[in-house]
Amino acid sequence: MKNYKIIVIGAGPAGLAAALQASKDGIDDILVLERDKYMGGILPQCIHNGFGLEYFDQELTGPEYADKFIKDIDKNNIKVLTETMVLNINQDKIITALNKSNGVLKMKANTIILAMGCRERTRENIQIPGDRPAGILSAGTAQRYTNIEGFIPGKEVIILGSGDIGLIMARRMKLEGANVKAVLEIMPFSSGLVRNKVQCLDDFDIPLKLKHTITRIEGKKRLKRVEISKVDKDFNLVEGTQKWIDCDTLLLSVGLIPENELSKAMNLKLHPVTGGVYVNENRETELKGVYACGNVLHVHDLVDWVSEEAEIAGRSAAEYLNGNQEKRNQPIKITPEKNVTYTVPQKIEYKFKDKKFIKIFLRVEKPMENVKIVFSHNEKSILSYDKKIVMPGEMVTVNLPAALIKNDMEEIKLSIVEKVGEKNGRT
Amino acid sequence: MEEHDIICTGCPKGCRVTVTVEKDEITDIKGFECPTGKEYAINEYKNPTRILPTTVRVKEGEFPLVPVKTAKPIPKSLLLEAMKVIAEKEVIAPIKIGDTVIENILDTSVNIVATRNIEKK
Amino acid sequence: MRIIIIGAGVIGTAIARELSRYETDVVLLEKTADVANGTSKANSGIIHAGYNADFNTLKGKLNVKSNPVFDKLCADLKVPFKRIGSFVVGFNEQDLKELKKKKENGEKNGLNNLEIIGRKQLISQEPNINKNAKYALYAPEAAIISPYELTIAYADNAVINGAQVVLNTEVYDLYFEDGKISGVKTNQGEIKADLVINAAGLYSDKIAGMANDEFKINPRKGEYHLFDKEYGDIVNHILFPMPAKNSKGILVLPTVHGNILIGPNAYDTNDKDELSTTNKGLDEILKGARRLIPEIPEKGIITSFSGLRAALDSGDFHIDFSKNKGGLINIIGIQSPGLSSTPAISEMVVQMVKDYSNSEKYNLKLKKDFKQENPKLPHYYEYEEKEKVDEWQKIVKENEDYGEIICRCEHVSRGEIIDAINSPVPAQTIDGIKRRTRASSGRCQAGFCGPRLLKILSDQLDIDPLQVSKKGSGSQILKARSKQLILEKTKQDKKAGDQ
Ligand SMILES: Cc1cc2nc3c(=O)[nH]c(=O)nc-3n(C[C@H](O)[C@H](O)[C@H](O)COP(=O)(O)OP(=O)(O)OC[C@H]3O[C@@H](n4cnc5c(N)ncnc54)[C@H](O)[C@@H]3O)c2cc1C
Ligand SMILES: Cc1cc2nc3c(=O)[nH]c(=O)nc-3n(C[C@H](O)[C@H](O)[C@H](O)COP(=O)(O)OP(=O)(O)OC[C@H]3O[C@@H](n4cnc5c(N)ncnc54)[C@H](O)[C@@H]3O)c2cc1C
Ligand code: SF4
Repeated sequence: MKNYKIIVIGAGPAGLAAALQASKDGIDDILVLERDKYMGGILPQCIHNGFGLEYFDQELTGPEYADKFIKDIDKNNIKVLTETMVLNINQDKIITALNKSNGVLKMKANTIILAMGCRERTRENIQIPGDRPAGILSAGTAQRYTNIEGFIPGKEVIILGSGDIGLIMARRMKLEGANVKAVLEIMPFSSGLVRNKVQCLDDFDIPLKLKHTITRIEGKKRLKRVEISKVDKDFNLVEGTQKWIDCDTLLLSVGLIPENELSKAMNLKLHPVTGGVYVNENRETELKGVYACGNVLHVHDLVDWVSEEAEIAGRSAAEYLNGNQEKRNQPIKITPEKNVTYTVPQKIEYKFKDKKFIKIFLRVEKPMENVKIVFSHNEKSILSYDKKIVMPGEMVTVNLPAALIKNDMEEIKLSIVEKVGEKNGRT
Repeated sequence: MEEHDIICTGCPKGCRVTVTVEKDEITDIKGFECPTGKEYAINEYKNPTRILPTTVRVKEGEFPLVPVKTAKPIPKSLLLEAMKVIAEKEVIAPIKIGDTVIENILDTSVNIVATRNIEKK
Repeated sequence: MRIIIIGAGVIGTAIARELSRYETDVVLLEKTADVANGTSKANSGIIHAGYNADFNTLKGKLNVKSNPVFDKLCADLKVPFKRIGSFVVGFNEQDLKELKKKKENGEKNGLNNLEIIGRKQLISQEPNINKNAKYALYAPEAAIISPYELTIAYADNAVINGAQVVLNTEVYDLYFEDGKISGVKTNQGEIKADLVINAAGLYSDKIAGMANDEFKINPRKGEYHLFDKEYGDIVNHILFPMPAKNSKGILVLPTVHGNILIGPNAYDTNDKDELSTTNKGLDEILKGARRLIPEIPEKGIITSFSGLRAALDSGDFHIDFSKNKGGLINIIGIQSPGLSSTPAISEMVVQMVKDYSNSEKYNLKLKKDFKQENPKLPHYYEYEEKEKVDEWQKIVKENEDYGEIICRCEHVSRGEIIDAINSPVPAQTIDGIKRRTRASSGRCQAGFCGPRLLKILSDQLDIDPLQVSKKGSGSQILKARSKQLILEKTKQDKKAGDQ
């Protein structure tokens, strides 16, 4: 059985950045496995601009962002097998994959980097009752048809979900000549970027209906109409607000789920909030030498953070292979508190050596303005950052300086609190 | 006197900035919470522009489309007009990222450029 | 002699297969774009043991007679089938009485290994069962099957043996000569026939009416929800509650492919095409299912569907010659256990056909070269289940299409999809591929494989991608080519401007 030092699963931005980093750190025996025809993951179909502002300090489209990494992969002679689907991984790090030219491939790896990305939630995940006609598809699938395959899936379109993907697809369908009748959002706020709301909806007078959802689907063959209803603050339907809208297409942009089938095959436990595996500061999973990064670990809104996280994983894999890691006497738990729904990583396990800080990603439960992000130990604040605003749709990244972390610590808590003495709330 | 409501996209707050205009002159700006907002609102009032990302049809390519964008922002009011011109266009593979696909769209002196490599089939 | 069968559900296809054993011209007409598009695709998929129905009823007899046949039948036709056994679960002494009655009835029907078990044994077999469950009637013969795969396999085998399956062809009238059938009128024209078999399921009353035979089918809807394989091991057997008035109540059972199915409820409706699901139904079904397995999760439903029971007032099957016209056999009221009874139903109908043909001086002769078996097509998931993935290598080496996975959730390869498109009754729609290969039936519900399946269908069938449909004409997936809508609009505007 062929052995590799690192096998990366998935050639999206996470997989590519992780492989590149490991290669820069001196690992020469890296294989990247990708099921699609091309590298770049979801990015080649995200043809809109808005990528790279954090990482490259430059505004790029998805394909352009991907291209920068793909070029480097080629330059560094990293081996990539495309059109190769990984079907199983076991706890001994034996990988089973399948492709046309090699057939069943079995390989062993010293380290594995999981970078499989995520998939979209479906109609069933949110339980919309009614008929089951053609014309209901996820926004990402519609995006693939429209931007890669060359087809327009609908003419009279309703979009459910106002996250960035929903907003982007509203504009995309509009530009292609479809009539986008409305974007519906069950929450009282859009979870997408303000910029996307302005440039994708307002620019084209596409209405955004907040606190609305779809309660019924009608159409025997092709979608004919949907019933929309208003919801109250507990998401209960408000009787009497039901209204039918004619349409031939419903795009669902109702959330993403990390694609963890392979992680489950390795018996890795999934985090109830992130849907990804548990990791330490190296993005190492509960299985030593197995790493995870990108959307398979937790759903990111900005690809720039994906690249950064992947570099942590790639660097850690290289350190592991170079025998350059030492465990702490005891791990330090990182616990989310007030208005923090989760953190990645969930614990700190290694000694820092030359690391200056660890990067922590978190999400909040509800929007808040003028806040402090507080790290505390034994109920005492050890560090805090000010932030003008936090939103559930936007991941927050904070650095925890190595110097603040003491050997005897067992738990660090993270919470978000109002800054006292300052005005709060929108004007 | 006219009032224009402009939503600042500078940060997630999305302040609603009101620009008051009299005889084409801005007389008042209200509602921003930081300098970014003020600057944004002035620009967005005077000359709202956007990058237009879309696709162009490809012949003989590994894919039937090449993603493209305007190399620079163009006036917001021209977006749908520009799509009409882009819709007519068809290019032949191979195409390199950065290649100009359409020159000087709608006399804006802005080019439409490819954002991905498309090989020949 | 030409025999026309109307309706390609499990009944029509089973009869077509049985008749294809004979030297005769068998034509199966189906109004939709595929076989197994009616009730036969949306039911519990249980091959009942036969303790339920009274042996004096036709359905009781046919069910009991059919049950033992399935092992060989499914092996021949390559249909997934598992004899996992069933429990009817009782909670108190009253229930125990009922269970005993059922057992007695079953024994009268000739089932001699029914058993009433106590709580301890039940829990050891079904660890997740409601802790208040006390008794259960155990029927080891009860089995699960994939009902649409059985229907498709019957149809494939019939075609292999010379029968014709004609899709997208709706019978809207029958015509007669001298009081005897002489053909059917369809949206594709008239087709002559010497004998017509009415197996039109929910619409069999309508077809019978064309010969002035009066029947009334009262459709009764049942909704289902299917769970992700992740929850596949929460039950091991078919679990029935104590039966309700109109149905067997809400069940929990595993499917042959390792998912969990819950349902059905029961609602009368007038609309024979009304297959929607409702929130109320979901709540009711979840509640019902949780009475058996309290841990049924809230999340994890990957698809929902409903089926319509084609019930007659008598509650029994009606299988007989038309009272008014010669050469018409009516098969009406085939509700549960219709699926379980197909072998005996088709045997009975073939006997009727033979009797009729003798009386009409047609001589039905058995074919010498009847092919009992369907070819075994390779499925990657089967190799995975049996942990023989290494052997898949041989298959890929012969044909590289088996090396490209198209459906990521169910692990279906391109080769398997092409096989389905080239099968005796070819898959021509996305749903057709789904039922034959499982592609797109997993948790992402075509999110990933949808565009890929569409491309394969259009390439293989050599049709425009815009024509590829979910379930036949009118359900096309795509609306236009890139830029087409803009170009059309520009043209229109120009025209308007010119005028
Ligand atoms: C519609 C949309 C719009 C977005 N807009 C923006 C934006 O404007 N700005 C921004 O910064 N970010 C945006 N993002 C987010 C960003 O694109 C993602 O966060 C990023 O692509 C995630 O990278 P990834 O590598 O983790 O996953 P992916 O890009 O999904 O890559 C995962 C890769 O793994 C492969 N894979 C999975 N399973 C297997 C297997 N079993 N075997 C082999 N290969 C496998 C997949 O084929 C894929 O190529 C957007 C995302 C979407 C979906
Ligand atoms: C909720 C539910 C659960 C069930 N569970 C079970 C079970 O677990 N076990 C069991 O044994 N049985 C079960 N059954 C019963 C079983 O599903 C049916 O008995 C069986 O599927 C009936 O098959 P069919 O061929 O008669 O009908 P169908 O499958 O409905 O086929 C009839 C066909 O005729 C076609 N057709 C109609 N009119 C015309 C026309 N004019 N021209 C051409 N074609 C026409 C239709 O399109 C259709 O394809 C259940 C039924 C329901 C509703
Ligand atoms: S004005 Fe300042 S605070 Fe308000 S949205 Fe713009 S950038 Fe944010």
